[in-house]
Parts: sequence; structure tokens; C-alpha cells
Amino acid sequence: MKVIDWVDERLDLSGVRHFVAHKGVPLHAQKVWYYLGGMTLFLFGVQVFTGILLLLYYRPSAAEAYESVQFIVTEVQFGWLIRNLHSWSANLLIGLAFAHFFSVFFLKSYRKPRELTWVSGMLLLFLMLAFGFSGYLLPWNELAFFATKVGTGIAGAVPVVGTFTLRLLRGGDDVSGATLSRFYGLHVAVLPAITTALVAVHLLFVQRQGMSVPIGVERKLKPGEPLPQMPFFPNYVLRDVLAWYVVIAVLAALAAFYPWELGTKADPFAPVPAGIRPEWYFLATFHTLKLVPSHVLGIEGEHLGVVAFGVVAIVLVLVPFLDRRASRGQPSPLFTWLAALGLLYLVSFTIIGHYAK
Amino acid sequence: MFNRRRFLDALLSVGFVSTAAAMAYPVARFLVPPVSGEPPVDSAVAGRAGMLRPNSAAIFKFGTTPGIVVRTAEGDLRAFSAVCTHLDCTVQFRADTSELWCACHNGMYDLGGNVVSGPPPRGLQKFTVNLRGEGDDAEIVVSRT
Repeated sequence: MKVIDWVDERLDLSGVRHFVAHKGVPLHAQKVWYYLGGMTLFLFGVQVFTGILLLLYYRPSAAEAYESVQFIVTEVQFGWLIRNLHSWSANLLIGLAFAHFFSVFFLKSYRKPRELTWVSGMLLLFLMLAFGFSGYLLPWNELAFFATKVGTGIAGAVPVVGTFTLRLLRGGDDVSGATLSRFYGLHVAVLPAITTALVAVHLLFVQRQGMSVPIGVERKLKPGEPLPQMPFFPNYVLRDVLAWYVVIAVLAALAAFYPWELGTKADPFAPVPAGIRPEWYFLATFHTLKLVPSHVLGIEGEHLGVVAFGVVAIVLVLVPFLDRRASRGQPSPLFTWLAALGLLYLVSFTIIGHYAK
Repeated sequence: MFNRRRFLDALLSVGFVSTAAAMAYPVARFLVPPVSGEPPVDSAVAGRAGMLRPNSAAIFKFGTTPGIVVRTAEGDLRAFSAVCTHLDCTVQFRADTSELWCACHNGMYDLGGNVVSGPPPRGLQKFTVNLRGEGDDAEIVVSRT
């Protein structure tokens, strides 16, 4: 008797078998965008795996964090590889998550009935940024120290609850060893727990509803005409695996040839080094904050900036409920333009932020 | 209508909510960091008078935060909190422009601590500078104004 039959006899896997046998993936010109979510998920797996390995040597204290990362990359066998993979994979993951976000935005895949899939995806995107922000501090180097000062300072600029949030994040009034402990707990326990649950929900929604078909493709179909499909298993799964291999190739090349710098150890009493800038995915925000004047109509510029970012985040989460045309299955050029504008802003400000003095 | 079932449901709800509150309260309080046990500092020694040439500056510890003491081109000593009022980065002295500069978001302050350009909403906090002793060995004592 085969193992699978043994399990089947006890747990009745007919439901799963039926689902796998009948699941199809629609075929059309835009199907290439379907791969991005799977690639992002694959990198999340890489992060969990390499993160657990790093935990075996990393020490979360202001006195030892920097030295322990130094130990990992210089003494531990293949330590450099694991750390580079973790850092590069984090960056690729955020890049792919943004690409996934924009592809879904442009294709209006968020429209009814997939509103909740979008909302869970947006929350996951914010969680990825929180992962990036909290993980960045852990090596306790100079750049990370000041990036955390500014980042938590931004949280401190939120009206009313700012000071409270700032102390909550920093574990005190200043960025210190207490902040490192908090960020460590957040990075290795709180965020992974929430993210794993939310990823499960996101995937459940996607499996339950199947892949979204772009409005343009849907409208060209004659009534009753079925869209050509490809079986999910094994045809599509194998293509997914192929995409993951591409990710592995890129990731391995980056990790091997472009080692992630460790920099110098954080010193709370050193001035900020000239030319400091955050990770690329915060550059647009960073440059925007640089441009906002100190006072706008009597309001402090930083408060205004922070509130504006918050409003944009909330509006993005609510996009499926605001785009009424798409939810009726009609083309909605306004939201296509908004997405294009958002993309243009992010790309241009990231580039300007990188080169600006 | 008020009946036995609704009464019991309400009683049960109150029980559950109280349990949740009894658990949430200590957790919430636990998350808020305790106020630092260190008493607030009113003055600090920033160094010796001889260490600063005209048109230079040094960072010093003022309690748990950085301060900056500047000797102007004319030879005056001035001290400020080195914490930028924008988003808390540590400022530095620029000898080329004789200004205090925050590298994070390009905030610029003059040697009176006032904002010259960039996003900072307020000037730097000014400290009073006194010398204790004579000559190059004199201690630079910085105190809250």
C-alpha cells in the first residue's frame, strides 16, 4: 500500500485531489504577471530559512550585535553567503512585491469579488516594509542607527499619538540597545507570525477565487465563450518552479558577487555621516521629506508629510472600494492614470533621492 | 425583552470582555518603556578649551543625548544640543560655511542655532558655556539655559 493511500484512507483527501485536478489558470496576453506573486512568496521562504540560520549566531545587544554579524561573515563557514542571501533576498522581495502590487493595480485584479485579496496584499506589503526597516537596524552599524533615528522620528511626528509611538518603538526616548531588543523581537517573532497568518489568508483567497482575468480580456469574450485554460497541476506549477529558478539564479549571483557591506559600528555620539540615505525602497519617502518646507500654512512640515503618507496608505488599501467602474467590470482609465502617476512618482523620486546631495 | 437567556448571555459577555481586558492591560503597560532612571542632566563638561581651534567644533555627551560645542572664527565658544529638530539626527559643524549641518535631510543652522535652510521646524536648543580654570586647560562647562 502506498503512503498516500494510507493517509487517504484516514483523512479522505478526495477534496484536495478534486481541487488540484480541476484548478486551471486562464491563458491570455497578460498571464506573465501571474508569476510575480509566486516569486515573492518564494523569496519569503528564502527569508525565513536564511533568517533562522542567522539566528544561530546573531546576538541582539548593542555591545555584541555588530561583532556577531562580523563573526558570521568572516568566521562562520558560508556565513557570508547566508548573510548576503538574506540581505539581497530582502531587497528582491520588496522589489517583486512592489512589481506585484503595480501589476495587480494596472490589471484591476482588485475589483469585485477580490477586494479582500487586495486588502490582505496591501497589509503584506506594509509588513514587508516593516520587516525591511526592523531588520536594517539589527547589524547595529552607523547607517542603520541613523536610519532608525529618522524612521522612528517620523513615527514621532504623527499628530497626537506621536510621542507615545516613538517611545514605544524606541523602548525609551532615544535609539539605544533597548530599541535593538525591540526591533529584534519584532523582526524575528511578531512580524513573521502575523505575516505567515496573512500569507495563508492571501493564498486561501487566491485559491478559492482563482486567477483574475483582466477587464479587457473579459469584455472581448462572447457570451458563454470560455477562456482557454492551462491545468494548474502539473503544467502551471512547473512554470512557477521555472520562475523560482530564475529568482535563485539572480539571487545567488548577487549574493556571490556583490557582498552586502557591514559598515562601521554605530556610535550614538557621532555626527551623521555625510551622504546618508536609507534603503532604496524608502528613498522616495526620504526625498519627499527633504523637500517639504519647515512650515506649510502654519503646520510643521514633518507633520504634514507624515499625515500625507498615512492618507496615501489608507487610500491605497481602499482602492477596490473607490474604483466603482472596475467593480462593475467596466474599463476605469482614471485608476490606470493614478497607478501610472504613482509609479512615476516612486521611480523618479527614488532616482532623484539616490543622486541628490 | 429581558429574559433569562439574554441575562446569561450578557453575563457571559461581561466575563469574556473582563478576561480580555485583564490580560490586555498588563501587556499594554509592559510594552510602554519605563521612564529612564537617570536624572535629567543640567550641565556637562564638553572638553578642554585648548582642544578647539577657531572655526571648529566637537560633539560631547550631554546626559544621554549629543551636544555640540563650537569655537567660532572669532574665538567665541558656543554650545547647542546636537539633536536636529527635524527628525533627531545628530548635526555636525561645517568649517567651509561655518554653519551647523544635518546630513540626514540637509537642514542648516547658523552659529546662533537658528534655522538657515532645510526642513527643521525650530532652531537648535542653546546651552550656556562657562570656562572653569585658566588657559588651554580650562574645562568647557555647558549648562542648560
